Amino acid sequence: MTTASRLTRSRTRSAWMFLAPMLVVLLLVAAWPLARTIWFSFTDANLSDMAAAEFIGLANFEYLLTDPDWWQSVRNTLFFTVVSVSIETILGLGIALALNMHMPGRGILRTAVLIPWAIPTIVSAQMWAWMMNDVFGVLNELLILVGFIDQGIAWTANPSTALWAVIMVDVWKTTPFMALLILAGLQMLPSECYEAAKVDGVHPVEVFWKVTLPLLMPALLVAVIFRLLDALRIFDAIYVLTGNNQATMSMSVYARQQLVDFQDVGFGSAASTLLFLTIAIFTTVYLTLARVGSSEGDRA
Amino acid sequence: MSRATRRLLGRIGFYLLMAVIVLYAVFPFYWAIVSSLKPGSEMFRVDFFPPPNLVNYRAIFTEQPFYLNILNSLIVAISVVLLSLALGLLAAFALGRIRFRGRSILLFTILGVSMFPQVAVLSGMFELIRWLGLYNRLPALILSYMIFTLPFTVWVLTTFIRALPKELEEAAIVDGAKPLTIVTKVFLPLLSPALITTGLLAFIAAWNEFLFALTFTLSGEQRTVPVAIALISGASAYELPWGNIMAASVVVTLPLIVLVLFFQRRIVSGLTAGAVKG
Repeated sequence: MTTASRLTRSRTRSAWMFLAPMLVVLLLVAAWPLARTIWFSFTDANLSDMAAAEFIGLANFEYLLTDPDWWQSVRNTLFFTVVSVSIETILGLGIALALNMHMPGRGILRTAVLIPWAIPTIVSAQMWAWMMNDVFGVLNELLILVGFIDQGIAWTANPSTALWAVIMVDVWKTTPFMALLILAGLQMLPSECYEAAKVDGVHPVEVFWKVTLPLLMPALLVAVIFRLLDALRIFDAIYVLTGNNQATMSMSVYARQQLVDFQDVGFGSAASTLLFLTIAIFTTVYLTLARVGSSEGDRA
Repeated sequence: MSRATRRLLGRIGFYLLMAVIVLYAVFPFYWAIVSSLKPGSEMFRVDFFPPPNLVNYRAIFTEQPFYLNILNSLIVAISVVLLSLALGLLAAFALGRIRFRGRSILLFTILGVSMFPQVAVLSGMFELIRWLGLYNRLPALILSYMIFTLPFTVWVLTTFIRALPKELEEAAIVDGAKPLTIVTKVFLPLLSPALITTGLLAFIAAWNEFLFALTFTLSGEQRTVPVAIALISGASAYELPWGNIMAASVVVTLPLIVLVLFFQRRIVSGLTAGAVKG
């Protein structure tokens, strides 16, 4: 055996030794609980005595698919995800373009947009809940002052505005993150294209549609999917703003309510498993995209 | 309209738009501060510059164990940071520096774990925590938070380690250094900026976590800050003590904002290394 290959072998062995602690922890806190949750979804497990669970086949899933409340939570989750991620993408793109311009005052802008990102979701939900208070909230006060409305709206209690209230909080909280991801994409664009466009005297708006946007597409797509995955599992903001209200319940809120409040671990696990499958599909798409993007770095 | 005035108008419009965005980003937190400084009776008047009154701040520390909640959050977040940095650094060295079969698949599996919806592991985690005898105790949170901080830490540190020049390590190998020595003596000092960045992000994630903390703790003394703030209740269900809630919100958010403003460049680079460069 040559020295080089012995060195390679010993390095491979040490690689697995270095990985072992991390892998053990991840198996313990991710793989094992996930496997147990999927198993529970086929049982009648109860929170007070989970060991007594018995296999009942697909009964939980059959019941779940006929429960209108479940379908309401699916609709809420999808509506919330699509609307809030769309708004965040457009706003985030705008802020990123502004941050990317070399103009005075952009440091203030970047600092300002980082503040919502740093605030815990629970805190931002409470802050907005107070601002959206139907009687004493500053939001109603301002809207009445401007003349948009005559009397206060019960933003979080009214079923037709409650989900929009959640979207409002989420947009405020996560647009900065979106802007930063897009900004990173913008900064990686080659400057030659812009110089060429400048020389040719192309209008800035046209430059955006014909040069910036197509070049930015891969980074934008990754950012959007990243946010989609996050939005699909929304729990915190909804729980604080509207509690277990059916009008705004997301899939995560539904699953936790079944699991903890109603103690029905089997049924709750079935709901969790379906949410997991939904997100797993999106994740696969994301990882495929990310892998294509990083294949160059991997070869190095 | 001349070209110059049009350009001037465009610039004014642009700055106006920026001002609106800054106001939109900052106003809710400003409003929380203003509200937290009003005593109960003035709470319900819209008043943008009230004389400061600290009665709400006194209330959150005397009417409930809020200082314990802060202490709990600190213990959990700091333990999570140290544990995930230690495990993550070792793993990132292997993933970033050693070529072995299955490396790429392993890396993407780890990234996949960070996409897990927390609720998907909730019942299994509940069972595990009870079985370990950790229910309603802080180690339950430290352990369960690994599911989201560890994949992220490994991923970002791997990206950073890959960017370091190869020659460093080659010199150490030629000198006969053992892999663990290489990690602690060569990489650790060079990686301290990366460790600060990932540590900060892990700290913020652990400090803000809600679902596990809500589910795996029961008593007020074991709660972390987000759960305590979400569950602050008043004399009746219809009468939330908004002054106390806002005071508590400001207390837990101010240190975070200071951290973020101080480290903003590093946080931005860490966030983007985790997502875009993927």
